[in-house]
Amino acid sequence: MTGTQQVQESEVPQGEGPNSPVLEAEGLVKLFGRVVGLRGVNIRLFPGEVLAVIGDNGAGKSTLIKCLSGAMVPDQGTIKVDGQRVTFRSTQDARAAGIETVYQTLAVAPALDIASNLFLAREVRREGVAGKVFRMLDKKSMRQQAKSHLDDLGITTLQNIDQAVETLSGGQRQVVAVARTGAFSSKVVILDEPTAALGVRETGQVLRLVRDLRDKGLAVILISHNMPNVFETADRIHIQRLGGSAGVISPKTHSMQDAVAIMTGAKTVEDDEQSLR
Amino acid sequence: MTQTESENPAAVEDLLSRSRSPAERVQHVLHGNPALSPLIVLVLAVIVFGLINPSFVRPAALSLLVQQMAVVGALAVGQTLIILTAGVDLSIGMAMVLTSLVMVKLNSQGVPGFLALLIGLVVGVLTGLLNGLLVTRLNLPPFIVTLGTFSIFTALSLLYAQGQTISLVPDAFLLKTGQTISIGSVSVTWGVILMLALYAVVGFALQSTAWGRHLYATGDDRDASNLAGISTQRVLLSAYVVAGVSVGVAAWIVCGRVGGADPNAGLNYNLLSITAVVIGGTSLFGGRGLVVGSLIGALIVQVFNSGLALAGADPNYQVLATGILVIVAVSVDQWIRKVKA
Repeated sequence: MTGTQQVQESEVPQGEGPNSPVLEAEGLVKLFGRVVGLRGVNIRLFPGEVLAVIGDNGAGKSTLIKCLSGAMVPDQGTIKVDGQRVTFRSTQDARAAGIETVYQTLAVAPALDIASNLFLAREVRREGVAGKVFRMLDKKSMRQQAKSHLDDLGITTLQNIDQAVETLSGGQRQVVAVARTGAFSSKVVILDEPTAALGVRETGQVLRLVRDLRDKGLAVILISHNMPNVFETADRIHIQRLGGSAGVISPKTHSMQDAVAIMTGAKTVEDDEQSLR
Repeated sequence: MTQTESENPAAVEDLLSRSRSPAERVQHVLHGNPALSPLIVLVLAVIVFGLINPSFVRPAALSLLVQQMAVVGALAVGQTLIILTAGVDLSIGMAMVLTSLVMVKLNSQGVPGFLALLIGLVVGVLTGLLNGLLVTRLNLPPFIVTLGTFSIFTALSLLYAQGQTISLVPDAFLLKTGQTISIGSVSVTWGVILMLALYAVVGFALQSTAWGRHLYATGDDRDASNLAGISTQRVLLSAYVVAGVSVGVAAWIVCGRVGGADPNAGLNYNLLSITAVVIGGTSLFGGRGLVVGSLIGALIVQVFNSGLALAGADPNYQVLATGILVIVAVSVDQWIRKVKA
């Protein structure tokens, strides 16, 4: 039991114990023909924490994330959301269960404005005949909600909600993509390399947003190659190696050198995941 | 070295404090209003041709001009939808010819006009559905699909009509779109009203419904739209089906305009509809443009054609003007797409 737990306890949404994982996967196996993608991976994610997933290329990070976000169906293993067993056949299933993902390739439409992108594929229709019969969008309400949501997250770098996304910088676009998942995720946000190809300042913006999402009580999975970012942001770090889980460490007890050593197999983790909590 | 270091900050400040250049400001406005540049061209063209020959701007001349572009205008609605999805429909003109032949031939064989119209509309929708299914199910590029269906529709039209032009009897129901309503010296055909209604409905759907947003998003970035949870296959298919509806409407309008159906008339309409859409400011790369732009684009082509004819120019200059307009329009689109914040 470390100090992180106290922080989590105060921020966990009411009605859910701090010790019950919001997302839990056991024995995930995924094969691609003769190639092993995942060889029995366990992962547990708690509300109000940032869990980083690191690992060398081919360690199974992306496959793991795809299984959790519904983009792939694991060959074996179970996934539980709030203790309930679930089967995700598509990303829509995962989304319905409260799991939102930002993919490495930004899922934003450049020519559409910020508000439209935030509400892409879940547009709000007007009330009454205008909405039911003529299927009219409630643009005003979407704009207001988008604005208040961005304000909520303390995003001040996007002044004009009607601005086309293509006129934004890479960092601002990423902020839009992350804010979108934050806006609609009820439980889990998965971010696949959200700071790849971003400058230092923009990376700072996105990581601040990640911490804000955590402080709102969401559980965040952060996949990143960038060790300093991971150690700066994560509460726990799940290390993948050769398709299996090499252990879970805390940035408080382990150094970046340790993490790299575990990633490459030069070192093993004695502590099991539970001892970190 | 020290000199440049001390000079640079001042230079940067100077650059930053300088407001946008006029060209940048124009670029910005055009980026925000894609139908603005074609509208300016249209107004200028009308003014210039009016100065050359004042009879050009008489209400009678202008209303004739609108009647002449109604068919291309209606087809351009469907073409806009396809181009917004980053595709192109090379078969749309022949699909219209086939549809109009079905309408007219059925009618001449004794099928009541209204029923012939309905069957024709179904044929129009089926042509769109065929293109859409080939594009979405077989994942073929729209260019290749519609190049193929263009030949198929051409062959079917010629076989069905046995190469003959079919005429309608006077007072046939299908000629309704050619009948005019006169308000003073302005005369409008039902075909023109039908075309404008098509623009209103599709324009509304594009701007005010989720379907419209999804269509723009799909054309803009299909992968991103898929990841965002849009069923892009369904969106694409629906675009082709609605294009099929516009084919049906255009077929009815062409019946009224020429008083029958001609199996050899489609070739021009294919290219004219693409021309109208492109001149109207819709990007060939998808996701950008307005359906009203295509209306303006179709009007521009007709204004140049009629204006040059009235000015007594060789008809070949009309073709030349259209070609220049297309190239200028696409160049402007390329420039606008490079807009910065």
